[in-house]
Amino acid sequence: MRKGQYRFVAGFLFVPVALYLIFVIWPYIQTFGYSLTDWKGQSQTFDFVGLDNYKALLQDDIFMGAIWHNILFLVFIPVITILLALFFAFMLNAGGRSRAGGVSGVAGSKFYKVVYFFPQVLSLAILAVLFGAVYRSDSGGMLNGFLVQLGLVDANDPVVWLNEPDFVLWALIVVVVWHGVGFYLVLFSAAMQSIPRDIYEAALIDGAGRAQSFFRITLPLLWDSVQTAWVYLGIAAMDMFILVSTMTSGEFGGGPDHASEVMSTVMMRNFLYYGKSGYACAMGVVMLLLTLILSVVMLRATRRERVEF
Amino acid sequence: MSAPIKETAPAPAEGPVHRPPVRSGERRGEGVALNAFSHGFLALWALMIVLPLLWLVLSSFKTDAQIAGSAFGWPQNWSFDVFTRAWQKGIGDYFLNTVVVLAFSVPLTMLFGSMAAYVLARYRFWGNRLLYYFFVAGAMFPVFLALVPLFFMVKRLDMLNTYQGLILVYVAYSMPFTVFFMHAFFRTLPTAVFEAAILDGASHTRTFFQVMLPMAKPGLISVGIFNTLGQWNQFILPTVLMQPQTGDDPERYVLTQGLIQLQQQQGYASDLPVLFAGVTIAMIPMLVVYLSFQRQVQAGLTSATLK
Repeated sequence: MRKGQYRFVAGFLFVPVALYLIFVIWPYIQTFGYSLTDWKGQSQTFDFVGLDNYKALLQDDIFMGAIWHNILFLVFIPVITILLALFFAFMLNAGGRSRAGGVSGVAGSKFYKVVYFFPQVLSLAILAVLFGAVYRSDSGGMLNGFLVQLGLVDANDPVVWLNEPDFVLWALIVVVVWHGVGFYLVLFSAAMQSIPRDIYEAALIDGAGRAQSFFRITLPLLWDSVQTAWVYLGIAAMDMFILVSTMTSGEFGGGPDHASEVMSTVMMRNFLYYGKSGYACAMGVVMLLLTLILSVVMLRATRRERVEF
Repeated sequence: MSAPIKETAPAPAEGPVHRPPVRSGERRGEGVALNAFSHGFLALWALMIVLPLLWLVLSSFKTDAQIAGSAFGWPQNWSFDVFTRAWQKGIGDYFLNTVVVLAFSVPLTMLFGSMAAYVLARYRFWGNRLLYYFFVAGAMFPVFLALVPLFFMVKRLDMLNTYQGLILVYVAYSMPFTVFFMHAFFRTLPTAVFEAAILDGASHTRTFFQVMLPMAKPGLISVGIFNTLGQWNQFILPTVLMQPQTGDDPERYVLTQGLIQLQQQQGYASDLPVLFAGVTIAMIPMLVVYLSFQRQVQAGLTSATLK
């Protein structure tokens, strides 16, 4: 490489690398160091306390409860979202009248895709306000209003969805699923459309029904996309900060009585509210470890022979 | 690697396959039943998407009493006052703050991301792979890991609650995805064009800006949409970085933060229609962008995930 090229390369890389280093990489690294201190964040003075923060975390019932809630999200959010998305994607792409003897999409599948995808472009803050109104704890809430109309709920004693320890996590799962199904549907749909038609036609001639062609052809060929979806939804389930912190009660959410606490809300409360910076950093490290373990486990668990076509 | 915009590639066997229709009555019956069945479910889910949104928009035309009373009353006063009120109560400022930040952060993200990706994709030099992974690795870590030191870093630079602080942070955090995506794109561009430009005496910088960047336009559009949506909807970073630091510090909340702020104020002074009108105002640009670019939005976000 000539000399001028080095200057060019260095010149082009300088600003991006500097920004990235200062605002992303360096803070990531610092977190590990700070997590070993009793830093309160107010001044630059802090003492090295070794693994004390991590030991305290193990004793912290609220944080441990939060991990448990994250795990619950981790199991249910991907499963429900992926199943619904696969179901709808198959309906869209193969649920139509078998006009040409083959498998065809339903009429208006384009319209459905546009509608289903829309929640994806809304910010989670909008979703928080929207579902805050839907879950209102009087009959003015959409859900309660609906159930009152059906006679399932007494108008004088409506359900307090977000303040019911047994319901609150499920109420949040519904929001995430509502938000995500359209996106994964489009993702799976794109993958389905790249499957050659003649495979289906061959299966049809061999007498395969729709269920069989779904499980024997579509799903195996879609496995890569499903795996991607699984990892992405898993990472989202580890976060959940916006919805929990804005929709549930308490400073940075987590209510009622820590029934909906997740790791990110406990961390933000300790950092911005109690000023326990070092402790919050330890939580950040735990979140990182759990996320990495999760990604590895999920990729391993869903590994299959890749089908080429 | 294939071009990121999947839709431009011709889908195999998409066209109608002309085959004699299967006339067996049994199969046809199954088809009709399934068709009705699919339409039923599909329509139901479509309703579940549209109804809450519509209901919320309608609610902004109701009064507080009406909202609390019954969920399905039809609004009686169709006055647009409430939108003016919401705008004045802060939505206007929040909106403006978001626009100001994005007006700088999105172009800068594209510029710096493309520059880094281009050099990494097309020039051989020591440490190239290492730098590439250094950029891409950032996508794997949860942002929560960085929040505490990031706050103090921005504080030390005296950029808490400033536009430039948030802009720089947005650009930095958009880097992993942008570099990843554009790297793949620049690799697919033909070498011949590059060589021709250099032979014609164009400098490397000039070749990048006048030849390579315009050729990468489809990729840039996808990444641009993705970054715009991502930064517009960002919540955690502004929550940490955009808080008034002293009593007389102006509020520089972005839209997402502002909406939540409005929602939390409801506990003190009930004016729900204003909140709903605020959400409606916040939704409209997204709806417009989405409906005008929905193919690109879907393709952009989908390929972003598949990478």
